[in-house]
Amino acid sequence: MLIEGLIAVAFVAALVVFVSPNEYAGRLAAALSLLPIVGSLYMWSQFDATGNALLGGSIAFETDFVWLTLGGLDVHWFVGLDGISMPLVVLTTILTTLAIVSAWTPIDTRQSQFYGLMLFMEANLLGVFTALDFFVWFVFWEAVLVPMYFLVGIWGGPRRKYAAIKFFVYTNIASLAMFIGFIALVFGLGDSVSSMRLPEIAMALRGGELGGFAGLDAGALKLAAFVAMFIGFGVKVPIVPLHTWLPDAHVEAPTPASVMLAGVLLKMGTYALLRFNFTMMPDVAQALVVPIALIAVISVIYGAVLALAQQDLKRIVAYSSVSSMGYVILGLIAYTTYGVGGATFQMVAHGLISGLMFMAVGVIYNTTHTRMVGDMSGIADRMPVTSGIFVAGAFGYMGLPLMAGFAGEFFIFQGAFASTVHAAMPLFTAAAMFGIVIVAGYLLLAMQRTLFGPFRFDGEYEVTEAAFHDVAPLAVLLLLVIVLGVAPDLFFQMIQQAVNPILQTGGGL
Amino acid sequence: MSALLALQSSPLPDWAAVAPALILALTGLLLLAIDSINPTSSNSPVLAGISTAGSLFAFAVAGWFLIEGTGQAATGGEISLYGDALVVDGMSLFFTLIFTIVAAMVSIASMDYLSKQRYQGEFYALVLFAATGMVLMSMSNSLATAFVSLELASLPSYALVGFLKDNKGSIEAALKYFLIGALSSAVFAFGISLVYAATGSLLFPDVARALSGGTGMTGVLGMGMLMILGGFAFKTASVPFHFWAPEAYEGAPAPVSAFLSSASKAAGFAVAFRVFIEAFPITQLPAGVDWVLAFQILAVVTMTLGNFAAATQENVKRMLAYSSIGHAGYALIGLAALSANGPNANVLGASMAHLLVYGFMNTGAFLFIALVEHWGVGRTFEDYNGLGAKAPMASVAMSVFMFSLAGLPPFGGFFSKYVLFYSAIEAGFWWLAAVGAINSALSLFYYSRVVKALWIEDDTSSLELGSKPVGLYTAILFAAVGTLLLLPAFRPVIETAQTVAAALF
Repeated sequence: MLIEGLIAVAFVAALVVFVSPNEYAGRLAAALSLLPIVGSLYMWSQFDATGNALLGGSIAFETDFVWLTLGGLDVHWFVGLDGISMPLVVLTTILTTLAIVSAWTPIDTRQSQFYGLMLFMEANLLGVFTALDFFVWFVFWEAVLVPMYFLVGIWGGPRRKYAAIKFFVYTNIASLAMFIGFIALVFGLGDSVSSMRLPEIAMALRGGELGGFAGLDAGALKLAAFVAMFIGFGVKVPIVPLHTWLPDAHVEAPTPASVMLAGVLLKMGTYALLRFNFTMMPDVAQALVVPIALIAVISVIYGAVLALAQQDLKRIVAYSSVSSMGYVILGLIAYTTYGVGGATFQMVAHGLISGLMFMAVGVIYNTTHTRMVGDMSGIADRMPVTSGIFVAGAFGYMGLPLMAGFAGEFFIFQGAFASTVHAAMPLFTAAAMFGIVIVAGYLLLAMQRTLFGPFRFDGEYEVTEAAFHDVAPLAVLLLLVIVLGVAPDLFFQMIQQAVNPILQTGGGL
Repeated sequence: MSALLALQSSPLPDWAAVAPALILALTGLLLLAIDSINPTSSNSPVLAGISTAGSLFAFAVAGWFLIEGTGQAATGGEISLYGDALVVDGMSLFFTLIFTIVAAMVSIASMDYLSKQRYQGEFYALVLFAATGMVLMSMSNSLATAFVSLELASLPSYALVGFLKDNKGSIEAALKYFLIGALSSAVFAFGISLVYAATGSLLFPDVARALSGGTGMTGVLGMGMLMILGGFAFKTASVPFHFWAPEAYEGAPAPVSAFLSSASKAAGFAVAFRVFIEAFPITQLPAGVDWVLAFQILAVVTMTLGNFAAATQENVKRMLAYSSIGHAGYALIGLAALSANGPNANVLGASMAHLLVYGFMNTGAFLFIALVEHWGVGRTFEDYNGLGAKAPMASVAMSVFMFSLAGLPPFGGFFSKYVLFYSAIEAGFWWLAAVGAINSALSLFYYSRVVKALWIEDDTSSLELGSKPVGLYTAILFAAVGTLLLLPAFRPVIETAQTVAAALF
């Protein structure tokens, strides 16, 4: 019942904040959002799952009962955690609180609605990461879109309406493609499954129970479903060339929404890819290894090159997210402990670091009201603490050792080099590693031009150090990045446990 | 408790099975009596309260019957009354739940909406008489009672649409509704006479028996069935008898639009389900007479036309009217996806469950329009700009209705649409489900326009909203909570619907 409690607390908190007066909404939301943190940390301390939840492992905090019966295919309320989802739940709860605190300064209208939506989104995100029945999962997955649409559309920048509708349309069409793909698989499985529970479907698919459906034989159906789901999840990740909604959404979104978008929402895509495509259909994934690895490498390089060309600090960070998510795909397709495990670890690490970067850009923007690299220089003079954390975060992004980004990327590269899924994997890995150089290039360039050098600022605003409650979330995130970098085993052990079953049954790797 | 035990130990007489209809009719008469004491005063809380209480009482009785299994297989099967002219079974009770809960919501909402109108007692009485007619429609077991109860539901509806006597739109709507209604009644009656000519009976079971013996007048029978189908198309606002719906829903007082588009539509489906399944069983149709095909065409055309027309509207109320036509198309799947040996109960039950969920979300949406009209805000999408900041609770509720109508999770409409399309696939009509799913995806476009206007567009008017009317808020929030709770609580709904639907086959 712990998971239900966690989700319910977030829902109730959202409702309470929504009807509270605007003046207190921010403080109240921050206070209430501590409850899910306590809950998730308690669950982490009591975590006792072994193996992968989908492949017969023991599931922590499991609840499973029939929700509704539908001609042979039951829908269950089925939630639980394993080593892949536990870190993401912790990440979600922590990042939500920090994002809420970071919203105190920039959000000055309709606060109660803003914070209510943030908590509502948290509740649904927790649902996405804990649900183990396709239906329950899909309900939460779709429900995450709604608050994000409003957060961008109401509190965003000048082109917010365009960005919000673009985000909504892209992700909804993606969901439709994914839904059709998955349901076709379920129909293809016929009588061999009796419910929509993901473990049951995963086992049946891996056990070769798939039959034909709608004129396709089993092989073609599996391939078509894999591609449909890959595209559906790929929009969320996002992979090149399905990424064009992301820069618009990020640039127009208010800072706290960007933090959630980059920190957690993008991870929904990679999490789903891992849970569905790579866990359920390893044979198809390995047959498609060249196109997938190619997409990963292109995302890494192309995202980084685009970031290099930007003048807007937020756009730089947004495109670099595309680049970082490319690494995750590369790790997943490697099908080695370090590859898939590293990819999962990178989801958490990137969630923290990109959250940190977006927040830092937001804090600078709160003071200067501009994000253009050319409009300012020498900000470090006036905002030493913020600039210091910004620099540290950027180094984390570049993969400085003893920071979480290093651990994640190192695991991925190690795993991808050693991978035997395809003879060319080392080549792909080498090409992707080149991305790190570009990342270092654009981040150093941007920092040098904005933070260092003689102070110059053309705007009419006074540039001074940000308030304590603006800097504190940055400091907490930096601390977490360093902690995870020094001791990756905090999460990596449970991740490895959950990842190994995928590999063992995945074609003898 | 002891009273309840006494009831259980001594079964109620058979006629008590029509109690929901009796309660509605008596409440209507009571309202007229109260109103005649002092016709000039308009004591709206009392009148609305009695009307709501009567509807809820009928709802409770119907719910109690349904739980106790009245008219279902467990307690001895359907209860036939008045020489088989009426029949009380699970399906009629299920539909009664829809009519009564919608009537209750509409009654309580009308308290504020009508606060400045005259003849309020008559208004509530007409609502309850119409609801009585709808309950009888769902119980009718003969073409004659079907016709009479259809008229009983329709005549008060004409008056209700034209209730705003000094409003041109209202009068125009009522006239249009009445003319098309009269025409379709005539067509319906003519259809009945043709069926009678071919089979020699008006009672559904007798018609079916005559068909199983074969008929020499296949052409006459087919023509009669087609005309009867036309009568239902009118009542459910399906193509090709849908022309009245946009005008009537737009011109009518918004609570009446809610009542017509939710309850009256469901009533049309209730009687259509029974007539076509009981009187013209698929397995006994003569060759060349295939009403399933007719319903398939109707379903596809209705949902597509409704959706595309809704997408082009600038007026929110009119958009909802067309969306209501689109939803009639979805509900028609319940008849269009039937086959000789298919999972018919599942299909029909899914359609019934969708109508129940629709009763909540669509009523709520129209009542939100009523609230906005009460405030004097305009009717186009642009007039709705920025309402979210001024009236957050009502706007949240409206967003819930819009997302649920579009079939997005996590609302009741998601499950009901999903189960409907799923059962169509299960029955082998995957193309029907595909058309429905595509239409449903398209519908997100125009539903989200409302949500966008409420929350995201900047407020351009300087209009101050008046007070927050209690009755309208109660009804809207009740509908929103219902729409939301029908997601976790969908299991009993769909199971009941499919069980009671199974009794028809």
